[in-house]
Amino acid sequence: MAWKWQVFCKETTTGETVTGCFGRGGDETYLNWIVSAWGWTLTVSLLALVVALVAGLAIGTIRTLPDRPWVVRFGNAWVELFRNIPLLVQIFLWYFVIPGIFPVMRDVPSIVLVVMALGMFTSARIAEQVRAGIQALPRGQRYAGLALGLSTWQTYRYVLLPMALRIIIPPMTSESMNIMKNSSVAFAVSITELTFFAMQSGEETAAPVEMYLAVTVLYALSAFVINRIMAFIESRTRVPGFVAAGGMAGGH
Amino acid sequence: MKKVLLLAALAAGATGTAFAQASDTIAKAKATGSVTMGVRESSGALSYTLGDGKYAGFHVEICQRILAELEKQVGRKLDVKYQAVTSQNRIPLVQNGTVDIECGSTTNNAARAKDVGFLNTTYVEEVRIAVKANSGINSIAQLNGKTVATTTGTTSVQHLRKHERANGVDFKEVFGKDHADSFLMLESGRADAFVMDGSILAGNIANAKNPADFKIVGEVINVEPIAIMIRKDDAGLKKLGNDVIAGLIKSGEMNKLWDKWFLQPIPPKNIKIGLALSESTKAAWANPNDKPMEDYAKK
Repeated sequence: MAWKWQVFCKETTTGETVTGCFGRGGDETYLNWIVSAWGWTLTVSLLALVVALVAGLAIGTIRTLPDRPWVVRFGNAWVELFRNIPLLVQIFLWYFVIPGIFPVMRDVPSIVLVVMALGMFTSARIAEQVRAGIQALPRGQRYAGLALGLSTWQTYRYVLLPMALRIIIPPMTSESMNIMKNSSVAFAVSITELTFFAMQSGEETAAPVEMYLAVTVLYALSAFVINRIMAFIESRTRVPGFVAAGGMAGGH
Repeated sequence: MKKVLLLAALAAGATGTAFAQASDTIAKAKATGSVTMGVRESSGALSYTLGDGKYAGFHVEICQRILAELEKQVGRKLDVKYQAVTSQNRIPLVQNGTVDIECGSTTNNAARAKDVGFLNTTYVEEVRIAVKANSGINSIAQLNGKTVATTTGTTSVQHLRKHERANGVDFKEVFGKDHADSFLMLESGRADAFVMDGSILAGNIANAKNPADFKIVGEVINVEPIAIMIRKDDAGLKKLGNDVIAGLIKSGEMNKLWDKWFLQPIPPKNIKIGLALSESTKAAWANPNDKPMEDYAKK
């Protein structure tokens, strides 16, 4: 098929081709638009990642607390609630249902609701990984911490979490990349991100294939950059002799 | 080994003839005895599914008349297959021959006319504004400072943007992922207005919990000729289809079809859409033409 890549140089209201492909003085080309859509995708993903990491770390940790059955139950309930409902449904719950029940939520901008929905959804998955990471540590580490006279909080802070978080970096990498890809559902509640751009500009320019291909490349690129950042963190935080490099040489 | 080569050569030959016939639906129907109609799952009363692989609607019925005429010309019983299409895949499917005639709700515009052919306009869509009946909004100007909903992947988004720039009306746009979501935005108070094709607005209002709560107001934001789509350069089908459409208009049957699909209760729920025949559609019937949307804007 013949490619029509020049559509990116078209102005979005008049359809005229702009020289240089970037509109000036309030004019916007499809190239301007895809860049801004990419910005929205990155904003939603990164903010949701922050929410997911903070909530996931907290919930995952309290699920391993000894002698606190109610706190553990709360953590378990959180995880089951947020991982058993499809993401798209969760987005609509935040957007339509919660404001219907609590009128104060009506004026909350949709980006906040999307970030909460995506962040909470992912927090359940991260919490599960944090719990698995902590429980994968030999029991002796917890006992050693307590034997040194550390409080439970100090045991977690200085012994368990630093070890567990290192172990779970590979699955967290996947999760961080997933959040980038899952952010595509934000179009459903009027965030003008990349998927929205692809659907809308495809209709306007009659070049949906080019638009979807461009968007695909940007998603893949963004997720891959996250992958590289996580790989860098993994290599910089590695403790020699604990988490083995290259995988096959045995663990902590 | 030789047999395989022979078979391959035969297969290549067969596909070769299929390609040769690709843009001539009449010849293709004669050769294969089947024809594929592209339909939409939910394009209002124009084309929609009744479930169970059955499709109905104003455009579907016109297409059935055209295919009945095609059957007469071909002189053999035709097997009519239905293929559901979407906004994203309808043009490629017509181009590559999967669908011979598309009977959905496709706007005839200049960009598409480069890739596909259109029969004469059978329906002119008017982009309108739906609001809550008690909102006090009656025109585009009153949308200043309000929130306006529309559906992702529709031309309405583009019209809104143009209006916003041209008239200096400043409103906030929100986008539903489909018409049901956009209407829910209006219903739940997330948006003050829903701008979309009149037939879609009328259909959503007809299906609402309380249709009297909503009304369609204001000036016509844009008109779009909606037409049945065929392959480009399919002159035979184009003539046949246009003759059938002209016949329906002349005999007054087109008016009856409008009445049947837009003013009477229609299946499956037996709800009335209640969309009166617009002046623009009447004009298109009075002077049958296949002008694209851009020609309407110039007037």
